[in-house]
Amino acid sequence: MSEADTKAASPPEEAKDERVRQISPLRKALVRPELGSICGVILVFVFFFLIARDSGMFSPEGIQNWTVVSAQFAIIAVGACLLMIAGEFDLSVGSMIGFSGIIIAMMSVTYEQPMWLSIIVAFAIAMGIGWLNGFLVIRTGLPSFIVTLAFLYILRGLTIFLARVTTNKTIIGGVRDAAEGDWLAAIFGGKILTGFFQWLADNGLIDKFVAGNRAGEPVVDGVPMLVVWAIGLIIFGHILLTRTRFGNWIFASGGDAQAARYSGVPVNRVKILMFMFTAFCATVFATCQVMEFGSAAADRGVLKEFEAIISVVIGGALLTGGYGSVIGAALGALIFGVVQQGLFFAGVESSLFRVFLGVILLLAVILNTYIRRSITGER
Amino acid sequence: MTATNRDKATAPVLELKSIHKAFGGVVAVEDFSLDLHAGEIVALVGDNGAGKSTLVKMISGVHAPTSGSISLDGEAVSFADASVARAHGIEVVYQDLALADQQPVYMNMFLGRETVRGPLKLLDRKAMMRETQALVDELDVRIPSAKAVIRDLSGGQRQGVAIARATHWAKKLILLDEPTAALGVAETAKVEDIVRTLRARNIAILIISHSLDQVFRLSDRICVLRRGVQIGVRETARTDKNEIVSMITGVG
Ligand SMILES: Nc1ncnc2c1ncn2[C@@H]1O[C@H](COP(=O)(O)OP(=O)(O)OP(=O)(O)O)[C@@H](O)[C@H]1O
Ligand SMILES: [Mg+2]
Repeated sequence: MSEADTKAASPPEEAKDERVRQISPLRKALVRPELGSICGVILVFVFFFLIARDSGMFSPEGIQNWTVVSAQFAIIAVGACLLMIAGEFDLSVGSMIGFSGIIIAMMSVTYEQPMWLSIIVAFAIAMGIGWLNGFLVIRTGLPSFIVTLAFLYILRGLTIFLARVTTNKTIIGGVRDAAEGDWLAAIFGGKILTGFFQWLADNGLIDKFVAGNRAGEPVVDGVPMLVVWAIGLIIFGHILLTRTRFGNWIFASGGDAQAARYSGVPVNRVKILMFMFTAFCATVFATCQVMEFGSAAADRGVLKEFEAIISVVIGGALLTGGYGSVIGAALGALIFGVVQQGLFFAGVESSLFRVFLGVILLLAVILNTYIRRSITGER
Repeated sequence: MTATNRDKATAPVLELKSIHKAFGGVVAVEDFSLDLHAGEIVALVGDNGAGKSTLVKMISGVHAPTSGSISLDGEAVSFADASVARAHGIEVVYQDLALADQQPVYMNMFLGRETVRGPLKLLDRKAMMRETQALVDELDVRIPSAKAVIRDLSGGQRQGVAIARATHWAKKLILLDEPTAALGVAETAKVEDIVRTLRARNIAILIISHSLDQVFRLSDRICVLRRGVQIGVRETARTDKNEIVSMITGVG
């Protein structure tokens, strides 16, 4: 006891191990997961500024164009990001998008239910499937890759089947009329800040249409709800992950589920909730898209699961879980959107988009890994 | 001192009755019974695979016993998972430490019971770092900083963190599964001091160790396990190493 007292009283410098390097602020900044995606964003903007400056890509309409596309990616990337940090994947996101869309259109148009009810039902069913995904992963102990791959097929097949038996078609239109005046539909379709953009146009800060039936209206007349959802989800996901106890449990569940369990973290609940959140994000995407197009199609959302995962990985998350950032994933989605639309503005053959995407994915991941290793001295 | 502590307590802190645990066909623990009183150190010894860690995990709620009963302060309990046992004031240093590798020290210290503040219950990282730093300084655990990531620490440093975490939170009972296996001479002495301090705080302690020297230095009683079977319990003052060794090995 007396020995312990003298040790505790000794100056703290002595307790420090001289072999231990102090971590410099620069090194700390560099090991952040977002680093690769920040470099990537700068790179793609410089690149497209050089090759597509005169194409209108950076005009108000151009900006709106790639913002909307990036926002679409971001919505599903936030869900995929939290789930990946929790140590799991969801490959059924794309099928879930098609499925939710068809549910909404089928209920509201074919069966003439109120739009708000249709949307709520779609969310409930999708999140129920998310729960089932999580439950099966936890209960069977199978990799989520396999379980959700099964649901990729099950849901896509069901979607086409449902659309066929109820309407004989795989595309259901007329959603816009059904959504007219609906309070819940307004949260997913439409725009905000329209007055502000009108004011900008009135003051000559942005252009107005000069001809056509929209003459006199500003070329960009507001911020689409889709973008609002994306920003909202990014902020929510970021705060949840970095500022709350639950966020800490997400990291712990993905990093080392066993250690987390031993420490009393409700790992199963965390993982299942993240599957449900991913399904929620997919349904937000689906609802916004259905409102925008005025229709639902059974083949919507194909490959979205991979695009979400790619955004997340570009954003610096580890496929093995326990490490990553929502901001990084959002930047990954931005890179994605800018590249896709930038190639279009630059007049590049659109089929090359996927080639670029693959290359960017490789580069970003190599960059992330390389930087992390060179800094931590690992191999 | 130990004797008086034990006399004072009416019901034992922990009471295990006929605990039995099988993993499929493997019987890990067979008919194990033990009372553990406040302010008492009981050492659990036995060869590799004897079932010691399994016993610890049943007390902490990681595994459920196949049969038998566990009582705390005289009341039968059944823990659904580790968080329930923790809520009862039971802390564990697991053999594999159970630290989240990619997380910083302070987050491990508070994993599952993070400090929050404000109406939104946001994490209070500063407070957790401060408290962690004070704790590791007090226990002489030499780590670069409370923000260091576990992966970057040495085996002994990790063990120090796990011990600091358990001693910080222990209210009633602490289970130490080979807590000094990775520690140097000075660090081991320090941990033994800590264990004695815990006993003075009237906490019940179950310690697993392969070092009989350590067992004899620390414990009040010694419980021997061989291939899942409880061979016997001895008062440390009334036995010697030869007897314990022959109980462990079954020879002599
Ligand atoms: N989760 C499990 N599933 C199946 N068998 C297990 C499990 N955990 C332990 N066992 C078995 O139970 C027996 C006891 O293991 P345990 O880890 O309790 O031994 P121990 O006494 O702690 O040994 P050591 O001194 O090596 O740590 C072993 O035969 C082991 O293989
Ligand atoms: Mg063991």
